[in-house]
Parts: sequence; structure tokens; C-alpha cells
Amino acid sequence: MHLTGKIAGSALIIILILAVFSSVLSPYDPEKIDLDTIKEPPGIKHPFGTDNKGRDILSRVLYGGRISVSIAVIAAFISMFIGLVMGLCSGYLGGKADTAIMAVVDLILAFPSLLLAIGVSIIFPAGVYTVMIAIAFVGWASFARLIRGHVLTLKDAAYIEAAEAIGCSRFRILFVHLMPQCLPIGLVMAGIKLGGYVLTEASLSFLGLGAQPPMPTWGSMVSMNRAYIVSEPWMVLFPGMAIAVTALCFNVLGDALRDKYGLKVKM
Amino acid sequence: MVGERAQPEVIEKIRKELGADKSVLSQYAGYIKLLLQGEMGRSYYTNRKVLDDILIKFPNTIKLAFGAMLIAVPTGILLGFIAAYKKDTLVDRIISAVSIMGLSLPVFWSGLLIMLFLSLKLRLFPPSGTGDIRFLVMPALTLALPAIATLTRVTRTSVIEISEMPFIGTARAKGLSVFKINAVHIFKNILIPLVTVIGLDFGSYLNGAVLTETIFGWDGIGRFTMDGIIKRDYPVIMGCIIIGTVVFVLINLIVDILYHYLDPRVRLYASDR
Repeated sequence: MHLTGKIAGSALIIILILAVFSSVLSPYDPEKIDLDTIKEPPGIKHPFGTDNKGRDILSRVLYGGRISVSIAVIAAFISMFIGLVMGLCSGYLGGKADTAIMAVVDLILAFPSLLLAIGVSIIFPAGVYTVMIAIAFVGWASFARLIRGHVLTLKDAAYIEAAEAIGCSRFRILFVHLMPQCLPIGLVMAGIKLGGYVLTEASLSFLGLGAQPPMPTWGSMVSMNRAYIVSEPWMVLFPGMAIAVTALCFNVLGDALRDKYGLKVKM
Repeated sequence: MVGERAQPEVIEKIRKELGADKSVLSQYAGYIKLLLQGEMGRSYYTNRKVLDDILIKFPNTIKLAFGAMLIAVPTGILLGFIAAYKKDTLVDRIISAVSIMGLSLPVFWSGLLIMLFLSLKLRLFPPSGTGDIRFLVMPALTLALPAIATLTRVTRTSVIEISEMPFIGTARAKGLSVFKINAVHIFKNILIPLVTVIGLDFGSYLNGAVLTETIFGWDGIGRFTMDGIIKRDYPVIMGCIIIGTVVFVLINLIVDILYHYLDPRVRLYASDR
């Protein structure tokens, strides 16, 4: 893995630590409204300044990171799991199951991804789980396609034939013999896709479809504070920068992973 | 729609009008039937036909998308060629770093920053609104940023791949100028991946338009969708998503057909294979 990949990986570990321990590290309560400290510029007391309700931006960015990053990671795992099961069934069983699953995959990939995610998330009440469902609903399709392709190359391997010969059930072949072979590709693909999921989560919460106030997320912070971009730019600058840096680290890491494992997939 | 203190009869009447008294399945069947007739219903708020509004706003989104393409396609291809030509040098690394950054910026944030610097600090363009080219520059630039990034990356990889082929060696041995090799021999061969990416990017313009148009107050489909979402105006949201998808699928179809003309080896009919 190249140096940039390692740097991005280390930066991500730091971001994850910051997100996990946000409740310990935050200097202030992210949801506490303090009318004495409204719109303070970045300084010693508030390194990232405060917003129009006197809430500390640094604390909100840290807490927002916990929500935003965990949504992206969990959504990636859900997508991977569904994609893995669907891809395995589609590739190994073939026939009607294959046709049906691939038809759904093609249908999903035919939509512009953010529009579809918006469409899914308006069905459910806005919130953290809705965003995960929306991202995973769109995301599993590309996993399924990749895994299916891999299963097709494994299907004729001698050990699968042997497993069939000694009378293993289809279920056993799928989940005991084929799944472990496909899991690494799924994980690499998840790493590649994570940067995009961070951005999708941010976009959905920017549109007000994500976690609801007063819960802070990076996207909703940019959205709510954008009226103050001229007079108090720090309110928008820092949460946006958090999104950009996190997505950048995930994308660089994804690139490194892709180069290392030679996967040809879109970010 | 009727307020909190509406008479039960009024509520009943509106439920009838909207068809909410029928079963979910028959409502859905009715929706599909109307949709096939080109009828997308009326907005809950303005009571205007959704399709009419979409037809008014759609040209604006297309303008925006073309503006973004006009910026992204030449810039992306040029940067990609430079990066490929200077492969593994500092220039290449810088271009790669910038392009991966372009992929990681959230559009709604980069849009706000562009607005802050170009419009509010430098006073070059009006901050928001719909109108002539001066209003178009900033949203188009915002939309173009991620597109430049993907185009640069695809151009770079394809150019490197093609340059290693024997026919480029022949062209060099013939004594053709570097410009001619790049502009004719290489360019023709990277057209297929380029057109694919430009086609896919068109879809991402539709994605990005929701955010960009909202920020810059551009009166297109994206902002219409966003307004619909905020007001939970379902006919509007459904209409916009359907139109967006239809356009996306149509563009993909056009791209597939274009393949045949760009590379005659790609057959249009399956029976030729």
C-alpha cells in the first residue's frame, strides 16, 4: 500500500477515535443552548467558535462525527451483507433466481443514486435509521453484482465440485464454502464505497432527511448555518471541512485498496 | 391542507378527491394508469399540474448541466492528458491529489465556499437567482468540480493504457508529432471510456442539481424536488424522481448507441455477436 494510503488510514483511525470518544473529548454539551456566547468567533474558549444559539461548534462537530461516520459504516456493512447474500444466491443458484436478482440490481443501478436515496428516505419518518436504510437500499446492488461475478469464477472450482459430490446441501455450499471466499472482496469494496456513503449521508442530512435536530450531524450543521456564511463563516466552514476530510481519507484509502487488490469498481 | 379545525365533511370530500378512501392497491393502479397517460397529478400546495411545472423548470436544469459539462469536459480531459504524460512525476501527483479532493468535497459545501469567494468577497457574480450566464457560472462550476475529478482520473488511466499499445509505438516510429499522436491516435481510443463517464456524470448532475440549485436559487428540477421534500408534496417529489430517472436512463441508452459509432467493433444487435 502506498504512503498516502497509510497516511489516510492513520487519519481515519484518529477520526474514528474522535468520533467514538466524542462524549469524553467534547469541551461542552453539543445541544446546550447558551445565549451569552452567541456567534463567538474561534478562540481559546471555543476553538471552532459558537453558532447562532451559542452552542460550541467543536463539540457539535465531534458529536456529529459520531453520527455521520457510524451511519456511513453501518450502512456499508448492511449493503455488504445484503449484496453478499444476493450475489452468492444469484451466482451459485443461477436460473430464475439469478434473473430475478439481477433484474432488481439493474433496476436500482438505473436510478441516479441520490435521487433514489431521497425517494426511499421520504417513505419513512426522517431519522438516523432512515438514512441507513436509504443508503443500503441503493448500495447493495453494486456489491451483489461484484460478488456474483466472483462466484461465477469460483463455481467450477474443484473444491466446490468435491463439496457437491460428498452431498453438501446448497445452503452449506453457499454459506460455508463460498461465503468465506467472497467476504474479503466484499470488505474491500465496502472500503472503496465508504467515502461516497459519507457524502450521501451528509447530503441527505443537508436536505433535512437525516438525523433530526437537536441531534447534530455535519450535513445539517452546514444546512442550518448557511445563512451566516458571510458574517460568521466558521459556522459553515468547520462542519463542511469535517465532511471533506473524512470523505477524502476514505477515498484515498479506497484508492489504495483498489490498487492493491486490483478491483475495477467505481467509487 | 385544510387546517386543523376543518369540518369532517370537508376532510371527507378531499379524501374522496385524492382517492384516499380507496385501497392502497387500487390507488397505486390508478397512479400508474394516470402516469402512463402522462398525468402526474397536481401539487398539494399550488394545485398546479406537476408535469407543467416540470416542463417549465426542466430547461433550466438542462442549461445548468450543459454549463457544467462545458467546464468539466475540456478541463478534465486536459488535466488527464497532462497527468498521463507526466506520469509518476510531481505534476501527476498534484493532479491526482486535486482530483481525489474534488471527489471528496460535498457539493453543498463547495458551492457555499464558491459563493462566498466569487460573489460575496470578489463581487464577480450575483450570489443567487435564475437568469443569464452570470447567474449560471457559479452553480455550473460547483457541479463541474466532481465531474472534473472523475474525468481526469479516467482520462489518465485510459491514456496510459493506450500509450503502451504497439500501434502507438508504430506511430512514434513513423515520426509523427507528439501532438498528432495524442490528438488523433490516443484520443480516438479513449473516447469510449470518456463517453461512458460523461454519460454517468450526467446522472450525477441530476444528483448534484438537487443540492446546487437549492444553494444558488436556480429555478430547476433540483430545487423543485427539494421544495417538494420540505413541504412533503408527494406528487411533486414522485414526478421529479420519475423524470430524473427517465432522463438518466435515456442518456445511458444514448451512450450505449454512441458506442457503436465510436467503435464499430461494438455491435448494436445481439444477433451479430
